[in-house]
Amino acid sequence: MFRALASIGAATLSFLVATGRIVIFAVTALATGLSPPFYLRVILRQMLDIGYFSLPVVGLTAIFTGMVLALQSYTGFSRFSAESAIATVVVLSVTRELGPVIAGLMVAGRVGAAMAAEIGTMRVTDQIDALTTLSTDPLRYLVLPRLLAGLITLPFLVLVADIIGVFGGYLVGVYKFGFNPEAYLISTKQYLETSDVVSGLVKAAVFGFVVTLMGCYHGYYSSGGAQGVGQATTYSVVSASILILVLDYGITQALFAR
Amino acid sequence: MSLPSSEAAPKISETVPKIAVRGLYKSFGRNRVLDGLDIGCMAGESLVVIGGSGTGKSVLIKCILGLLRPDAGSIRIDGVETVRLRRKMRERLLQKCGVLFQGSALFDSLRVWENVAFGLIQGRGMERQRAKEIALERLRAVGLGPEIGELRPAELSGGMQKRVALARAIAADPEIIFFDEPTTGLDPIMADVINDLVLKCVRELGATAVSITHDMVSARKIGDRIAMLHKGRIIWHGPASEIDHSGNPFVDQFIHGRAEGPIRMETRVL
Repeated sequence: MFRALASIGAATLSFLVATGRIVIFAVTALATGLSPPFYLRVILRQMLDIGYFSLPVVGLTAIFTGMVLALQSYTGFSRFSAESAIATVVVLSVTRELGPVIAGLMVAGRVGAAMAAEIGTMRVTDQIDALTTLSTDPLRYLVLPRLLAGLITLPFLVLVADIIGVFGGYLVGVYKFGFNPEAYLISTKQYLETSDVVSGLVKAAVFGFVVTLMGCYHGYYSSGGAQGVGQATTYSVVSASILILVLDYGITQALFAR
Repeated sequence: MSLPSSEAAPKISETVPKIAVRGLYKSFGRNRVLDGLDIGCMAGESLVVIGGSGTGKSVLIKCILGLLRPDAGSIRIDGVETVRLRRKMRERLLQKCGVLFQGSALFDSLRVWENVAFGLIQGRGMERQRAKEIALERLRAVGLGPEIGELRPAELSGGMQKRVALARAIAADPEIIFFDEPTTGLDPIMADVINDLVLKCVRELGATAVSITHDMVSARKIGDRIAMLHKGRIIWHGPASEIDHSGNPFVDQFIHGRAEGPIRMETRVL
């Protein structure tokens, strides 16, 4: 009994310590942005990496998500003759929920892992120490540009994912189930509100920040050579993925719960 | 507490050491690495710290540079206490220093000239073209042509990477240069080339040099004075020319590379 309680206590303490360290890391990194120098070139390079180079993978997952959603909705809705609601279900699901979550998870796998590996390798090969000795703050030079790039770029990526996902649903609706294209588009627009899209973009910004934060944090504190870098990469992807799903519920609750 | 800027710096007395370390302690968990270490180095002097693997040589340099915070003790550079220095002050202090890391620590994502010019561009805000000219000049000083400047570090051999790292260490004309195992992993000829370059750079800049190594050929060649670190303390120090007559059994065992003697290597069965 006592042993079980001690284990729960130790796990809780270790969770709180880790959370505290991550918050301090994020706040310290963000605080470096309050004074010059600002590394705009590095920020732009990170934006290109997170946004432009993630487009193929995010686009591919978005189109199939939209297509599967239309297929599944048809299977269910046809049972009570509600096929006309498919376009609305697809657009609301994609913009409010699936677009940001799918893009967040894809970016966590592609960009978060790469960041953890790159910064982790820099840590174990003394490159981060070298930055410090060259009078360059590693948090300002390595971490802040990535956090800002994630925060700014993911909403744009999700906007593109939304459009592609809706297009996927359109393809299935029109070419597989024979819906009238014009009627499908009208249904798509009819019940869509600005807040649906904006809420998805807000989620995207939060997910972008979380993914880059996890990648940078685990990379920055990695140790122990190649094995340590591998662990940092794994922790980065796993923690970012879990946080995306947890925060998704939290933000949805905050934005839409009445 | 403030560091004097290079322009307004008061004349440092010849009796004030460039670097003075007193009673330095540093532990990692239960493992005490530095145990009340005392060491000093005068301006323009080349000090080499020798010692076996795991005796705390790299930890000593990292403490002096502020990369690690010591548990206790004092580190003074030009007479100014540097332990617990604030970040801005630390950055100003580090502008006086150049460091050659053991594994070179070149930035993979940047070209060679960008590596050499990094401290000038990012640390001092120098214009890129001017910084590139200085970087190519420094590369020439270490025997590398301008075409090397356009390559990535991964395209260079270990010896060339060390030269680039040396060029980066001296790019900003530092007052103090730290060399962390400058010849480790190099063949004897390349090691001698690097030793010659280290000597040349230090003499031309008139810099103070602190090197750590377990390569005795290198220590004898680049050091004016040698100090031996064992179990977290300096157990002998003196002019490089006197190390063969130190009268210290630990030093004798180390410089002759004998397995038998007072130094017991920690071994364990795997």
